[in-house]
This record gives sequence, structure tokens and C-alpha cells, in this order.
Amino acid sequence: MAKARVKAPKSVKKGEVFEVKTLISHKMETGLRKNKKTGKKIPRKIINKFSVTYGGKEVFGSDWHPAVSANPYVSFFVKASASGPMKFQWTEDGGAVTEKTVNIKVT
Amino acid sequence: MKNHFQGILMGAVVVGLSGFAGIASSAEMTYKAGDRSSGYTYATKETQGIQDDDIANPAYVYVDDGEALWSKVDGKAGKSCASCHAVDSAMLSDVGTRYPVYNAKLGKLQSLEQKINQEREEKMVAKPYKWESGSMLAMTIYMRNQSKGKPMNVSIDGPVIPFFEAGKKFYDQKRGQLDMSCANCHVDNAGNRIRANLLTEGQSNGFPTYRLKWQKPGSIHRRFRGCNKQVRATPYGYGSDEYVNLELYVAWRGRGLSVETPAVRN
Amino acid sequence: MSVQFNTQNIRRRDVLALAGTGVVAVSSIGLFAGDAMADPAAVAKAIKDRIGGKKSMAGNITLELPQIAENGNTVPIAVEVESPMSSSDYVKAVHIYAEGNPAPDVATFRFTPDSGRARVSTRMRMIKSQNIVAVAEMSNGKVHMVKNAVKVTIGGCGG
Ligand code: HEC
Ligand code: HEC
Repeated sequence: MAKARVKAPKSVKKGEVFEVKTLISHKMETGLRKNKKTGKKIPRKIINKFSVTYGGKEVFGSDWHPAVSANPYVSFFVKASASGPMKFQWTEDGGAVTEKTVNIKVT
Repeated sequence: MKNHFQGILMGAVVVGLSGFAGIASSAEMTYKAGDRSSGYTYATKETQGIQDDDIANPAYVYVDDGEALWSKVDGKAGKSCASCHAVDSAMLSDVGTRYPVYNAKLGKLQSLEQKINQEREEKMVAKPYKWESGSMLAMTIYMRNQSKGKPMNVSIDGPVIPFFEAGKKFYDQKRGQLDMSCANCHVDNAGNRIRANLLTEGQSNGFPTYRLKWQKPGSIHRRFRGCNKQVRATPYGYGSDEYVNLELYVAWRGRGLSVETPAVRN
Repeated sequence: MSVQFNTQNIRRRDVLALAGTGVVAVSSIGLFAGDAMADPAAVAKAIKDRIGGKKSMAGNITLELPQIAENGNTVPIAVEVESPMSSSDYVKAVHIYAEGNPAPDVATFRFTPDSGRARVSTRMRMIKSQNIVAVAEMSNGKVHMVKNAVKVTIGGCGG
């Protein structure tokens, strides 16, 4: 299964806007590529959804198509509200979900 | 892609990850040593940016995996690498700068991949990894990453001399239907374009390297095979004596350049 | 594709032969070969399906892309939209479209006032040189749009 890496500050001041960087290892198989030997199309398998919740709400969401590169990288910003978990979810075609959680300490 | 908010991440701590010791920032890196330049200096700033950020660089997933494998017990002896080599051992801090090395028992050179498998078979009584497998790439990337920022420093003295000479000969020998040597491209034409590619000096200091073309990391022998095929020469096998000797010669060409593993290249 | 080569140690014929082995750019990327392609009209339609009859405006949105991309497999892209990101005035979503890929859609990113800043960086595939379009939907119903051209140099060398 896919492996994810996430970077966020361990501790931030309330109200501060901070950057979060994420990467997940995934081939992002487009469904348009052909197997060189058999000539058959390789079935599409991509991560089609990436969503981030913080403070119980979705703070960042996205829908991906096959034009997103292999090993998808996304960075975005979040405003520090209260200490708590930030949960990352990547959903693959077929429904498999990779999850990662980090704790954000707001001072 | 650098953004002007970098300051915010200063002092940021990677959450949920460990093992970031030994990673040099790009400011501490030597990309030019004497008349030698890393492939990094030929890459676009976007590609350099992907290499420089340890989240944006997709091969850092392999650093994590390798770190986990280092202390994973495997094989009949019930041991892991960590049973005998501490994660902060002096060996691990510079092993990435020194390979391939001469192995007296074998009477020839040994690459890092081969040493890893020897340790697995002899000390752990575990199955060897396949050359280009995820586990072998993870282990070699993790180990070389521990030497990131240190100068490439292979020994070419004493018993190594004949193997060095063999590697040099391979490098300068024309081969394939196009009758071209490594040197024809990487010495005579470094900085020139061939088709859409900008030729570099063909340095090995970033290997295993994540190639945008491969969309994954690959070993230096995979690269040698590709370069042989380009001139329509029959490639040698992964781990062949020819390639291990060549690897030593190429590493010596890059002496003094910082280990960049895992580098990102076109 | 240009071939400037130092022919000192190589016979000219060899260099040309080598150039001749050039894998066609499209097949070397190996992603979309043989399929129908999007075009500006397909992107215009995708945008219309998304925002309906609304008019889009220039300004307030920046698209950061290299002018020349080394490899179409992984082209860094960032979009930033100017907005106070307050509960009454924020960027709801940014959509990215490609005019020269097999399909117009690349990705949609959704923001909230808790985002603090409407900026996203990612990496996308480009099968060839083309225009990339970014569309921002604001909470007040306004739509901002920007378009950038990217030249893609794809290596057919090595393997
Ligand atoms: C049972 C203890 C033991 C285990 C387990 C073990 N090693 Fe070793 N290792 C040694 C000893 C002793 C040496 C020095 C003698 C030699 O080279 O065999 C050594 C040498 C090495 C060297 C050469 C160091 C140099 O300076 O060139 C490398 C590299 C290495 N080990 C890597 C590994 C890796 C990777 C693993 C796990 C796959 C591993 N070892 C597992 C005991 C061990
Ligand atoms: C026909 C020209 C050509 C020949 C001959 C050739 N290569 Fe390459 N090589 C390339 C191209 C093109 C690249 C990708 C761009 C670059 O790094 O130069 C490359 C890349 C490399 C790299 C990776 C550099 C990096 O920074 O990651 C190494 C190492 C390398 N070649 C070694 C060799 C060796 C060893 C030989 C001889 C067996 C050889 N090459 C022969 C064209 C060639």
C-alpha cells in the first residue's frame, strides 16, 4: 500500500498561517498506458481524492485526475485555531484509503 | 518550487517521522570540486527544488523504508543490521562515500549492494535482496543518505589498482552500433545537447537516483545499462564485475563531490 | 529537437544516427499514447460545466509554472489566489486544466476560511508543450482565471 510523508510545524501560535507539505508514493496509473509485451491497456489506478481535516472540519480537500504526477506531492496552508490532530486521507480508485495523523500544538 | 513563505517552516519539526539525522542542507553541499560538477548543476531549478526538499523529493519514502529495514530482524540468525551496527555507528556515517571497495576474500571489488547481501546471507542467514527491488533500493538509499553532504572518496590504491584500470578502460572503450564510449558523451560533450537531453559529466554521487523519467529511484547499474543501450550495445548484468569496476572509476571521477543521495534527475 | 554535438571524437554519421534513434517524445513519456486529446475547446467546455454562465475575470490569481519543463512526467505547478480568506470572503476552489493532455481535468483544490491562505503547490503530467489554465471560484460567486504556456522538453535518452 501507498506510503505517505507529511511535514507540519510541531508547534504554532494561534492565528498563524502555516504550510503543510505532503507526499504519497503511488504510481498514479493513468489507464492509458499499454503493457509493452502484451499490448493490453494497464487498468487505471490513481488516488482520486485527498482530504485534510483539522478541528473536526475539512480544511483542505481535492479531487485528482490521471494528470497528477506519480508520487503525488501537495503543499497548502492552514490557519492555527486550536491544538489537536490533523488527519490526512488519500483515497484510491476502488476505495482503499491511506491515513496519516499528526498533532498540531497551538500556543 | 520555492515559495516566499519558507521562513514559516524554519524551526519546523517533521511530525510522525524520525531519522532525519545526517541530512545536510543544500548550503552545505559541494556541487563542484575542482574541474568536476555534479549533475545537480545541470538540472533546472525546478528539478533541483524537488531534490532539495525532503518531502517533495519522492525518494525520501525509501529513506524511511531503509531505516525500518535496518532494525528489522530477518533470517535464521534472528538478527538485524542494528544488532551489530548501531544507527549512529561511524561505519554508517561514511560508508556511502567509500564503495565499491576491495574485498580480500573475494579477490575483487564489492559494491554496496553486494556487501548488503553478503551481510544478509552470512551474518543474518537471510535471503539476499534482488538487485533493483524496493528493499535493496531502500537499504542503499538509506545507507548512502547517511553520508549525504560528505565528499565522494573511493580508494584506488594497492589491490584496487587493476580494477580501477579495468573500469577506466571500459569507460574509454567505444562500443555498440554507434561505436561510442562513455567519455564521448560525458567528457567530450558534457554541457551539449543530445536530442532533448542536456549531457552532464555522468557523475554517480546522487545514486540511487530518482529519475523523473522512471518515476522511481534506480541503481547506478540500471543507469549504466540504459547508457549502454542508448548506443545499441548489449548491457551487462546488474552486479557484473564489469559494472562494479566501472562504478569505482565513475565514483573516482566524482571525487570530492558531495554525496547527494537520493538525488533527483531528469 | 536540436542536436549540437562536439564531433571531435565521433564521426558525424554516428551523431546523426543517434539523433535518429530518438524515441518519439509521446511514446517516451508512455502515458497517453494513442488516445484522443483535449484541446482549448474541451477545456472551455469543462470550465463552463463547472461555473455555468458566470463570466471569469483576469487578475487576483497567479499560476507558477516553469517556462520550460525538463520532463513532462513531473512539472511543478503552484496557484495562488489573492483573498482575505475571511468567513465572508474566501476562495472556495481552484481548478486546474490542461489544453494539450488527453483529458482537460488535472485537479480541483478546495479551501475554507481556515486555510488562511489560498495557495497550493503540486506536480502535474504534461504530454507535450501546451497551455495550462487555473480557475478560482470565490465565495462571493466571482470567478478568476489565468492561463500560462509551458514548453516541455522530454528526454528520449537513457533507460
Ligand atoms: C552478526 C553481526 C552483524 C550483522 C547482523 C550485520 N553485520 Fe555488517 N558487519 C559485521 C562485522 C563484524 C563487520 C566487519 C567485518 C566484515 O566486513 O565482515 C561488518 C561489516 C559491514 C560493512 C562494511 C563496513 C565497511 O567499513 O566497509 C557493511 C557495509 C555492513 N556490515 C552492513 C551491514 C548491513 C547492511 C547489515 C544488515 C543487512 C549488517 N551489516 C548486518 C557484523 C554484522
Ligand atoms: C550517447 C551518449 C551517452 C553515452 C555514450 C553514455 N551516456 Fe550516460 N547519459 C547520457 C544521457 C543523455 C544521460 C542523462 C543526462 C546526463 O546526466 O548526462 C546520461 C546519464 C548518465 C549518468 C547519470 C548522471 C546523473 O547525474 O545522475 C551516469 C552515471 C552515466 N550516464 C554514466 C555513463 C557511463 C558509465 C557510460 C558508459 C558505459 C555512459 N554514461 C555512456 C548519455 C550517454
